[in-house]
Amino acid sequence: MAELRALVAVKRVIDFAVKIRVKPDKTGVVTDGVKHSMNPFCEIAVEEAVRLKEKKLVKEIIAVSCGPVQCQETIRTALAMGADRGIHVEVPAAEAERMGPLQVARVLAKLAEREKVDLVLLGKQAIDDDCNQTGQMTAGLLDWPQGTFASQVTLEGDKLKVEREIDGGLETLRLKLPAVVTADLRLNEPRYATLPNIMKAKKKKVEVIKAGDLGVDMSSKLTVVSVEDPPQRVAGVKVENTEDLVAKLKEIGRI
Amino acid sequence: MNGYGLFLRRAAAARACRALVAFTASRRPLRTSPQSRAFAKELCLGKIEKNGVFPFPEVSQEELNEINQLVKPVEKFFMEEVDSRKIDQEGKIPNDTLEKLRSLGLFGMQIPEEYGGLGLSHTMYARLGEAISLDGSITVTLAAHQAIGLKGIILVGTEEQKTRYLPRLASGEHIAAFCLTEPNSGSDAASIQTRAVLSEDKKHYILNGSKIWISNGGLASVFTVFARTKVADANGSAKDKITAFIVERDFGGVTNGKPEDKLGIRGSNTCEVHFEDTKVPVENVLGEVGGGFKLAMNILNSGRFSMGSLSAAMIKKLIEMTAEYACTRKQFNRKLSEFGLIQEKFALMAQKAYVMESMAYLTAGMLDQPGLLDCSVEAAIVKVFSSEGVWQCVSEALQILGGSGYMKDQPYERMLRDARILLIFEGTNEILRLFIALAGLQHAGRILTTRMNELKRGSVRVIMETVGQRLRDSLGQTVDMGLTGQLGLVHPSLEDSATKLEQNVYYFGRTVEALLSRFGKSIVDEQLVLKRVANILINMYGMVAVLSRASRSVRIGLRDHDHEVLLANMFCVEAYFQNLFSLSQLDKDAPENLDHQTKKIAQQILEKRAYICAHPLDRMS
Repeated sequence: MAELRALVAVKRVIDFAVKIRVKPDKTGVVTDGVKHSMNPFCEIAVEEAVRLKEKKLVKEIIAVSCGPVQCQETIRTALAMGADRGIHVEVPAAEAERMGPLQVARVLAKLAEREKVDLVLLGKQAIDDDCNQTGQMTAGLLDWPQGTFASQVTLEGDKLKVEREIDGGLETLRLKLPAVVTADLRLNEPRYATLPNIMKAKKKKVEVIKAGDLGVDMSSKLTVVSVEDPPQRVAGVKVENTEDLVAKLKEIGRI
Repeated sequence: MNGYGLFLRRAAAARACRALVAFTASRRPLRTSPQSRAFAKELCLGKIEKNGVFPFPEVSQEELNEINQLVKPVEKFFMEEVDSRKIDQEGKIPNDTLEKLRSLGLFGMQIPEEYGGLGLSHTMYARLGEAISLDGSITVTLAAHQAIGLKGIILVGTEEQKTRYLPRLASGEHIAAFCLTEPNSGSDAASIQTRAVLSEDKKHYILNGSKIWISNGGLASVFTVFARTKVADANGSAKDKITAFIVERDFGGVTNGKPEDKLGIRGSNTCEVHFEDTKVPVENVLGEVGGGFKLAMNILNSGRFSMGSLSAAMIKKLIEMTAEYACTRKQFNRKLSEFGLIQEKFALMAQKAYVMESMAYLTAGMLDQPGLLDCSVEAAIVKVFSSEGVWQCVSEALQILGGSGYMKDQPYERMLRDARILLIFEGTNEILRLFIALAGLQHAGRILTTRMNELKRGSVRVIMETVGQRLRDSLGQTVDMGLTGQLGLVHPSLEDSATKLEQNVYYFGRTVEALLSRFGKSIVDEQLVLKRVANILINMYGMVAVLSRASRSVRIGLRDHDHEVLLANMFCVEAYFQNLFSLSQLDKDAPENLDHQTKKIAQQILEKRAYICAHPLDRMS
């Protein structure tokens, strides 16, 4: 049974509790000295992989992250949660800022083939850019079936039953392996990386490679023009009756 | 304040020119003990032992990554799952919270890895302490368990004792408690009355006695108990000495009282523990028979320094919480943050946190050095400064919130109540001040006595140095101890503060000599004098810690190092003038010294056990 191998992609993002500040030169947000952690949806993906391993359905979990050297911290957290080994695709900081879902998807697709995995798990989206594209693009590049926004994942023989949270409710799919699954909020509640496990994870291997080694083209057709704060919220206006409402709306040109 | 300032400066100048009687101080260090000599004691000789404190201790990048990794899940847990308000109201830590703490591995932080613990260094332990400090009750429960409860086993336990007890203590399956205090023996720990008598067959000790205020007393299954035993002296006479024992609740006769209803840290279990004919196997003697008191002191010394990082973390959190309020709340059509009196509070909190952090990690770094360095005085300094600093800062933070700060639905009143215990337990700040002063003075006294003997014997070198010293004093030459200048250890932006420190240290050294010659051995009873000596030492250690840390920050280019320099310099200037005042109070017949009046008033009040003045409205009828 336990012959399945899983690749879990994790992203290092600014911690959800931090107050984001835009850089004065409008090229991005302040990241220097700011607390970073693993993207919460990626945590859920790692947790799911570990649970599958504990049920003896998955044999090996490989955690992968693309970015500058600090990504190794995030990989180590995945190792502490239960992944077996890690791969760090090193991208220098400047280039990493221009890296988007398409580039990451290219990397993941190549790694999925190289490592001959049966399952690629990711978070549904990252909380810094909210793209919600990487999982879908990876499946497209690999030509694999995809189960996105997963709230429940069950292995049935050589098929994967995925329950998805969609606008209308819940949709259940059966996917032939190998497949790509992206995790949604209610899939599971991730465990804490306990301190003894963090210490044990020190001994697990993390391979460091470059995108070029995989033959991946990291070029992007997108550039960030400017990053700005959302407009300050102005106070609302109270009106007495409907006539006043209509008059006010006309006044500000809304009707 | 202007006139006062002038007065102080003249007093300082006068002292520089005053010729001292009898003793001398040599500028060249006397190497009579191993190279790494403790810092604080050397200050009493007017010397800065730079080796241990410069440069500021560093950890490798690898170790830093590891510490940061370890901190993350702990911070997450405390932020998301610990309901401090509930713990305080119900007076207990929920069982599933304790379970999570166990699985996180927090019960065995300092237990070596081979016994199932995390084997953390002092620095790492101090860093993790910052994350745990978010809840006072949990902090005390964990500290009582490992910093003191089981520490004795790690320090002096036999291999057999370590293998038998440490694994299950590391996992948290068993909780430990430290049993020293008794109803009649608090600060005077050497006077405990609990007794352990060797049985007829010499296989057991029979333990009888009562301990009070034992943290984890109701939860623990393993106790480190201190009791009096009869020890045969070298000449064969029987003496009563304290011995430490590892006592299991399972040994029988161990009962505990109900949890005490406390002002703060209400979630921490504190109760009486009674031992009635408890049979303790002789294999459970911890350390040497008769060596219990020394072990107790060692255990207490080894846990103290972490209070610095704990307190600093609390203050950093307070700054965040109150800044949010100060920057949004408006009164008189201006934000609170624009008012000077509010700004002052933030400056105070930032400064205190900076000094505490610097002291704590400097001490932790010294303790992590290979070899046995005695940092008991430095650790005590960290404890005194941090406990009083955090108490002051929580009060100021509450004040920023005004009326809201006083309400139970805000966390400030709970933090204030939790912080109050820090000045009392682990050695009251009064006792620790005496310890700090006496440890330093005794060290100085020993060295100075040696020199005095040499002087009497007519050692030419010492005589020449004496004469040279007197000349330098009367010429009012500047002091240079190697902190500033071309080869200085301190960054130029901190030069002025370093010079102030050197001046303080020099005059302090001379003052110590004068005190020892004035009081001799009876200085042990002059608590008001010792208090000032301790305060000066505490300030100086703080100054050196911030100078060392800030120098490093500037040199390696850490972010916001200019702000650090600002904080460091501000603290040094304040501490410098405080020290000058204390030093002038220590002069013989100093007009600033009101000790005589203090004692007289206290004596008159305590005689009548009441306030004795006639009421302001009274008349002569």
